Amino acid sequence: MKMRNLALSVAVATAGLSSALVSTTAFAQAKEQFFPSLVYRTGAYAPNGVPFANGMADYMKLVNARGGINGVMTLLEECETGYATDRGVECYERLKGKNGGATVFQPLSTGITFALTEKAPIDKIPLITAGYGRSESADGGIFKWNFPLAGTYWVAADTIVQDIGKQVGGMDKLKGKKIALVYHDSPFGKEPIPLLQERAAMHGFTLSLLPVTHPGVEQKATWLQIRRDRPDYVINWGWGVMNSTLLKEAQATGYPRENIYGVWWAGAEPDVKDVGMGAKGYKSVMMQHGAELNSDVVKEVLSKVHGKGQGTGPKEEVGQVLYMRGLTAAMFAVEGVRAAQERFGKGKVVTGEQARWGYENLNLTQAKLDALGFKGVMRPISTSCKDHMGASWARIHTWDGSKFVWSSDWLQGDEQIINPMVKAAADKYAAEKKLTRRTPADCQS
Amino acid sequence: MFYRENGQFKTSYRADQQIFAIAQDRWAILALIAFAFIGVPFLVDEYMYRAILIPFLILALAAIGVNILVGYCGQISLGSGAFMAVGAYAAYNTYIRIDGMPLIVALLSGGFFATLVGMFFGIPSLRVKGLYLAVATLAAQFFCDWAFLRVGWFTNNTSSGSVSVSNLQVLGWTINTPVEKYLFCLGFLVVFALLAKNLVRSAIGREWMAIRDMDVAAAVIGIRPMYAKLSAFAVSSFIIGVAGGLWGFVHLGSWEPAAFSIDRSFQLLFMVIIGGMGSIMGSFFGAAFIVVLPIFLNQVLPVIGHMLGMEISTAFVSHAEFMIFGALIVWFLIVEPHGLAKLWSIGKQKLRLWPFPH
Repeated sequence: MKMRNLALSVAVATAGLSSALVSTTAFAQAKEQFFPSLVYRTGAYAPNGVPFANGMADYMKLVNARGGINGVMTLLEECETGYATDRGVECYERLKGKNGGATVFQPLSTGITFALTEKAPIDKIPLITAGYGRSESADGGIFKWNFPLAGTYWVAADTIVQDIGKQVGGMDKLKGKKIALVYHDSPFGKEPIPLLQERAAMHGFTLSLLPVTHPGVEQKATWLQIRRDRPDYVINWGWGVMNSTLLKEAQATGYPRENIYGVWWAGAEPDVKDVGMGAKGYKSVMMQHGAELNSDVVKEVLSKVHGKGQGTGPKEEVGQVLYMRGLTAAMFAVEGVRAAQERFGKGKVVTGEQARWGYENLNLTQAKLDALGFKGVMRPISTSCKDHMGASWARIHTWDGSKFVWSSDWLQGDEQIINPMVKAAADKYAAEKKLTRRTPADCQS
Repeated sequence: MFYRENGQFKTSYRADQQIFAIAQDRWAILALIAFAFIGVPFLVDEYMYRAILIPFLILALAAIGVNILVGYCGQISLGSGAFMAVGAYAAYNTYIRIDGMPLIVALLSGGFFATLVGMFFGIPSLRVKGLYLAVATLAAQFFCDWAFLRVGWFTNNTSSGSVSVSNLQVLGWTINTPVEKYLFCLGFLVVFALLAKNLVRSAIGREWMAIRDMDVAAAVIGIRPMYAKLSAFAVSSFIIGVAGGLWGFVHLGSWEPAAFSIDRSFQLLFMVIIGGMGSIMGSFFGAAFIVVLPIFLNQVLPVIGHMLGMEISTAFVSHAEFMIFGALIVWFLIVEPHGLAKLWSIGKQKLRLWPFPH
C-alpha cells in the first residue's frame, strides 16, 4: 500500500512537471521585452518588499498601457527570493533564459547582488541596483555589467554626514562630535562603514559601530550602549522590522528622534507608521524621490492601471516611498531599453547585451523625466562608460507623525571623497579577480 | 524475477565483502555513475545544473558528513552550517593568501580546518548526549556566525564582509561552465561517498554504531568512547567542510556568513532525518528531497493554478511551498520514520521475492 501511494504521488508529480515544461515553451512570443523581477513577498522583510514589488509590476503595466517601449510590450515575471542569497541565485538561473532571455536583473538584496555580480558578465545580462548594491560598482571601467543607478550607499552616507554638518552649523563644527552607526549586520549594513570612517578622519568626529543581527529586533544591548555613550547623532542602517524596533527603543531610551538619520531603506511608511507620533522628527535620506503621492506618474498609474482594476496591491499604497522605489527601478529598466532601441533598432526586442549599452548611455534629461511623469520626483540622470551611477542627488525627509515632509534641499554626494574610494575599491576587486580596466574601444561597443 | 541473487556464489572473502552484494546492484550503480558523468552533460540545460544538480551534489556531500555524525555515531549536531562555513572561509583564506595554491588542496585544507573546529566543539560530546549535545553544537553555529561577521581577517578585510573567488582551475582545467562545475562536484561526491561507505563498514564505523546504539555497553566491550566520538566528529566535519568550500567556491562564487546560517544546519539535519539516519544512500535521498521539492513546488503551483483558471501570486506560492513542505515532512516521518532509504530498501526486499512473495 505504501509503495502504491508513493508510486502514485511520483506519477502525479511527473505529470505536473511535464505539463509545466510544455506550457512554458508554448508561451514564447515575439515583441515582448522580458523583465524578471526578484521579489520578497514573504519572510522577515516582506512588509518592505511587497510595496517595492507592486510598484515595479504597476509601472510595467503602465508602460504597456502607454503602448509599450516603441511598441514592444513589457513582460514581467516574479520570483520569490525571501531575501536569501541561494534562492536568489536559483531565481536568476530560472529566469535568465525564459521568454527570449532576461533584459536586466534587479536583485533587491546586497547579498544577491554580490553573487550575481560574478555571474552577470558570463551570461551577458546587466544588473541594475538602483540605490543599493555594492558601492564600488559605480566604476564602469571594472564593473561592466553593474548599474547602481541614481546613487549608492556611499552617496547616502555622505549626504547624511553633510546634513548633520548643516544641523550643527558647518562641517568644521563636527569636530569632537559622536556619531553612532546602528547597522544591520550583513553586507548591506556594512557598506557605508568605509565612507563614514573616511569622513570621521576628515572632520574629527568619532564614529562608533553598533551591529544588530538579522532580522533586527534584538537591540537592547545596542541601546544600552547608546544610553551610556550618548552619541550626538545616530545613523540607522536598517531594513524591515529593525527600523520600527529602533524607533521604539529610541523612544523608550528617550533618545531624541530628531537626531536619528535613516538610510533610504529605513525611511518608508511601514517603518514609522506603527510608531506614529513616537517617531516624530525622525529623518531619512532619500535617493532622489520620496513619497510622491501627488506626482504625475502616480496619478497616471491610478487612472490607467488601478482605475482599470489591474493594479497590483492596495490602491492607498500607490505613491508611497517603497512603491515609488519599485516604480523608479522599473522606469530605469524600461528607459535603458528605450535608449538601446535608439541604437539597435526602434520597436525591436533588445537582448541583455544590447540593453547594457542602453543603461550605459542613459540620458534622462529633465524634459524626458517630466514627460514620463517624474516632474519634481527626480533630477536628471546620465550615465557613461566611466560612471555607472549617473547622479548622486539626495534629499532628507522627516516624519511629522503622519507623513513624510522634505526637510532639506537637494544634496549631492561629494565626488572628491567618493570617487577616489570607488576607484580604489574597484581596483582592489579587479586585482583580486585579475581583471583589467576596460579600454576606450570597449566603451564604444 | 530479474532482481535476485540466485546463482551468485561467493568464493572468496573479497567477494563476500563487496559493498553491493548483488550483481544487479553493482551494475546499476556503475551504470548510474557512468550516466552521471557521461550521459547527464548531454541531456540537461544550464538551469538544471545551476539550480538543481550542483546544489544537490554539494548538499548530498554535506549530508553524508552529517549522517556519519548523527546517523552512524548518534551525536546530534546543529552546528553543521558552522562547519560548512569554516570549510568555505578556510579554503578561501588558503586560496587567496598562498600564491599558486591548487584549488583542490585549498578545498581540502578547508576540510582540515573544519576538522579541527569540529573536534573542538565535539569535546562536550564526551560528557553530554542527545538534546544537550545539540545545544552544545549550536554554540559552534553562533560562534562561527559571530567570528566570520566580526573578524576582518577571515574575509580579507572586505568592507561588506562578503567574499568571492573566481578563475577556478585544476591543473589547467578551468572550471567555469555549469558542466565543468557539475563534473567537479560530482568527482568530489563520488570519491567521498565511496570513502564514507567503506569507513562505515570498517572497524571504526562499527565502533561509531556501537556508541550510537548503547555507549555504556560499547565501553564495556572495549570501545574507547572518546576516540570513537571524536573521530566521528573529525570525519564528519572534514566532509562537511569540503562541502562548504564547494558551496562557496563553486555554487555561489561569492558569499557572506548568512549563506551558512542556522537554517543551513537545520536543512542538513532534515536531510539526514528524512533521507534515513545511518545510511549513505539516505543522504542522497534526503538532499534530493530538500533541494528539489521546494523548487519543484515553486514552479508547478503556478501552472496548476493556471490550469484551474486561478492567478496564483508569488507570495501564495511561497506560503504554500512552506505548508506543503512541512506537511510532507510530517507525513514521511509518520509513514516511515527511518526515512526514504528505508522505503528504498523495503522496495528492494520486495523485488527480491517478486513475483512469489512468501
